[in-house]
Amino acid sequence: MWYLHTPSTTRYREAREARMGLFTDLRDSISRAVDRMFSDAEPKRIGIYGPPNAGKTTLANRIARDWTGDAVGPESHIPHETRRARRKENVEIERNGKSVSIDIVDTPGVTTKVDYKEFLEHDMEKDDAVRRSREATEGVAEAMHWLREDVDGVIYVLDSSEDPFTQVNTMLIGIIESQDLPVLIFANKTDLEDSNVQRIANAFPQHETVPLSALEGNNMDEVYGKIAEYFG
Amino acid sequence: MPEATPGDSRNGVQIDLISGARMEGLTSMEKIRLILDGVREGNIVVLEEGLAPEEESKLIEVTMTEISPDEFNGIEIETYPQSGGSSQGILGRIMGKESTKKLTVIGPANQIETLHKDENLISALVSRK
Repeated sequence: MWYLHTPSTTRYREAREARMGLFTDLRDSISRAVDRMFSDAEPKRIGIYGPPNAGKTTLANRIARDWTGDAVGPESHIPHETRRARRKENVEIERNGKSVSIDIVDTPGVTTKVDYKEFLEHDMEKDDAVRRSREATEGVAEAMHWLREDVDGVIYVLDSSEDPFTQVNTMLIGIIESQDLPVLIFANKTDLEDSNVQRIANAFPQHETVPLSALEGNNMDEVYGKIAEYFG
Repeated sequence: MPEATPGDSRNGVQIDLISGARMEGLTSMEKIRLILDGVREGNIVVLEEGLAPEEESKLIEVTMTEISPDEFNGIEIETYPQSGGSSQGILGRIMGKESTKKLTVIGPANQIETLHKDENLISALVSRK
């Protein structure tokens, strides 16, 4: 039988091909999503979050150095030293004969306000302080974007010598919970005299709190055990 | 109480109490604009029912993009802490049992300072521009 290629049959064929293409795209997209859900090969991206100066980069560097030999970024006591999210890929952590591969994302400290005058107190010229504050605001916005779009789990780092009942902590933990991301709370700086791990555990009783000193390397065995357990 | 005109706010601090009903029909960005436009004018914004976590995340992000040296340093925001966190978990959220409604106070970071906060009380000091 012969078919005449009239404009209507051509339109029909084009429509059918478009439907087939749509179906193929949909099938591929579902297949990719299923692969992501069940693939063990893909390292999970673990975001290190928390307020400024909690020791996030010190922790990221400690983990990276222990398992890859490299650092992630510079550490400083001046707030907002980390103003760009930095990713260290394929960090292989071995625990109990099991190997867990993660990507560590060290993020800028989250806050709702940035005042350049704060940096002037750290012997900075005004131009440098303004530039640093601008970069810091961009970094916080970037960190929030990563949290909504690009991480599979969260390590929330707090300075255990500081009051954990702050609005930023409450909001961020709420945001993480609303995304249904697995989260571990790290009570950092246990080497400080004012450290109070129990205060953090009381503030967020719905999550596991792990004490550590990333600077001194204290309790890192438990830290790696929990990372493997939660994110492996 | 005598009604003030907008110009009177130069002599004091304007407080906008926004009901849940007023926010209900707005999109996330409309809510964020409503809040930030008020705060950038130096007003204290009180939300009867607060924001959803996703909206709080976007509020932080948009606030950061608007910070400008010597003009706007960002926001101070306070809500009552939710005791026990989201212990209802995912099932509670699927069943629609979890409520995100919480009174929220938002103001310019250079004008509002939280003095005390617990599960039942938020005490803040508000200064003029």
